[in-house]
Amino acid sequence: MKKPINVVIAGLGGQGVIKASDILSEAAFRSGCEVKKSEIHGMSQRGGSVTSDVRFGPQVLSPMVPPGEADFLVVLAPDQVAVNRGLLRAGGVLIAPGLIDPTTLSNRKSFNVALLGALSTHLEFSEEEWRSAIQSVLPEKLHAANEQAFAAGRRAATATKVQS
Amino acid sequence: MSLTDRQLLSGDSAIALAALHGGVALGTGYPGTPSTEILEYLSHLGGKAQWAPNEKVALEVGIGVAYGGARSLVTMKHVGLNVAADPLFSVAHTGVVGALVIVSADDPGMASSQNEQDNRRYAVAAAVPMLEPADSQEAYDYTLAAIEISERWKIPVLLRVTTRVCHTQAPVQPRAAVVPPKPHFEHDLRGRNLIPSNARPAHRRLRQKLSEMTDWSEITPLNHVISGDKKLGIITSGVCFMHAREAFPDASFLKLGFTHPLPLKKIAEFVGSVERCVVIEEGDPYLADAIRAAGLAVESKPEMFRFGELNVDRVRRILAHDNSPEPVRPPGKPPELCDGCGHHVVFQALKNLDCIVAGDIGCYALGVLPPYSAMDCCVCMGSSIGIGLGLRHVLPDAEAKRVVSVIGDSTFVHSGMTGLAEMIYNPPPTGHVVVILDNSTTAMTGHQEHPGTGRTLDHAATGKIVYEDLGRALGIEEVRVFPLGKDCAEFQQLIVEALASEKLVLIVARRPCVLAAKSIRDYENRDKCSTGCSAQEVLAQ
Repeated sequence: MKKPINVVIAGLGGQGVIKASDILSEAAFRSGCEVKKSEIHGMSQRGGSVTSDVRFGPQVLSPMVPPGEADFLVVLAPDQVAVNRGLLRAGGVLIAPGLIDPTTLSNRKSFNVALLGALSTHLEFSEEEWRSAIQSVLPEKLHAANEQAFAAGRRAATATKVQS
Repeated sequence: MSLTDRQLLSGDSAIALAALHGGVALGTGYPGTPSTEILEYLSHLGGKAQWAPNEKVALEVGIGVAYGGARSLVTMKHVGLNVAADPLFSVAHTGVVGALVIVSADDPGMASSQNEQDNRRYAVAAAVPMLEPADSQEAYDYTLAAIEISERWKIPVLLRVTTRVCHTQAPVQPRAAVVPPKPHFEHDLRGRNLIPSNARPAHRRLRQKLSEMTDWSEITPLNHVISGDKKLGIITSGVCFMHAREAFPDASFLKLGFTHPLPLKKIAEFVGSVERCVVIEEGDPYLADAIRAAGLAVESKPEMFRFGELNVDRVRRILAHDNSPEPVRPPGKPPELCDGCGHHVVFQALKNLDCIVAGDIGCYALGVLPPYSAMDCCVCMGSSIGIGLGLRHVLPDAEAKRVVSVIGDSTFVHSGMTGLAEMIYNPPPTGHVVVILDNSTTAMTGHQEHPGTGRTLDHAATGKIVYEDLGRALGIEEVRVFPLGKDCAEFQQLIVEALASEKLVLIVARRPCVLAAKSIRDYENRDKCSTGCSAQEVLAQ
């Protein structure tokens, strides 16, 4: 059995952690993967810490990413990096909030999708799969801003990769 | 995409889709994490779904639907079944004609609950069959199976899910929708009137049904063996199957989907077929106790794994007899009352006055956290009023006069009204002060409507309970409505006066939830325009 790819998205209630994980799991599903996406919400709208686990691959059993086995950790709030770092496996990739300045986005609320754009440079989904995932999860009036944010995130990640 | 395409669904949404495809005529329940989305999605899909004032009423409505020969789905979180336990035990005895499927959404780990109770115990106590799906596909399939079982044995069925099943999205392949039987009423006076002379034979009929279902439990594919390495056998149910299968992919498994009544012969055969047999389950040792009581030697988890959810890592530890302390995840940021929530001033005032605060379930439970730390207890839905009264009855006067009960609007409708009846009936010598914090929605669970909002589950206008009118009708001496603003002083003065009056006082502190205010305004404007009625104006301030 091939192991699934494990992604944890972390942030604070209201930042769009769950929307971002919805888009990621839709993209994975549209690419033909088995997918499980799991999070604890309920009290999340009250500004508390939120994490969402997304796992995809040929087979996914447990819906939760085992601690220390995340391949990717995407963090939307600076103060949530330290508390979640332990979820990442050795050699796993951290997509940190400092990668993109939210004020450069046409809509700051698209910051979650910008970080997905950065994540996308590490994954094998097609641009079309990402676009259709964004369009299926978000209402139409938000499509343009989020597609721009996604592209900005891709550029930022690619630039960082070139520098390093 | 059509509704029968393979699609990504949460367990909650999968239950709703199965209810639609299975011909459920009415879904009802009370919001409670992690069950809330089931009825919202059923309504979204075009099914008939409605919120009840509380879980007991919801189940009673569901019983009526099933007595009428139709199919019903009743949803609640685990503690909701405590509220609905009275009708549950009795309807097990009367039986049903149509289907009655009761969803109990348990919350191991207490992501959003006041306790970690394991409602598999209810299936045993009430003598009803139980199904435990492990993922979204099974949530869909088992909901349909529950409808069949309910109609076949004319008995309510408990569909027991957990947070990780409810809130995990996974692919679901739906089936074609079925056409349900037409509702029709047949008298059955002896079957459904549980006076003792009828209840005694009803109990025997119930045990006979359980006996037949035990035989069926042995043969249903819902309980099946996955053959693997004979050195290790794992007996498991629900989402724990997924964790265990990932941790030990080569082991043999007995996966139990129909977990009451248990297939003890099949279990014995499995235990005998493997060298080492371990039961993996979250919460109480429900399976392990039953299997051991049948005289079978199985390993179970140590006590430390009774607490919290299981996961792949914890399953590995259980199998390795590793009882060393588990790594503690750094604490995240706790939730708090939203910025801009109009109800901050209430807790500021109560804190300033050093009140003894009997609190309740809902967003207001966050009043216990810093910066206010202004709540002395939070036990169960509606408990603030009774507990406040109890404190008033026994505390010395100086302390008794500082006791205040605070309760949210949805919680008040759920089970606060009987508390007010108690207050009128057994008034403490120092009087009492009850504050309804009316934010015009069921906020904590994600803004569901309730009988005090005057709108149905899908936000259509309907009848509305007005708390101040209700208070006056009950005979409460002082009923005050206070529109909350930013200033705390005026509200604080109101509390000071209410406490000093030594009367029975009901204060309705009103300001819509800051997150829901815009939607509420939109609904109100819509209803005003369509009816010309101004009954909603009181909420618009």
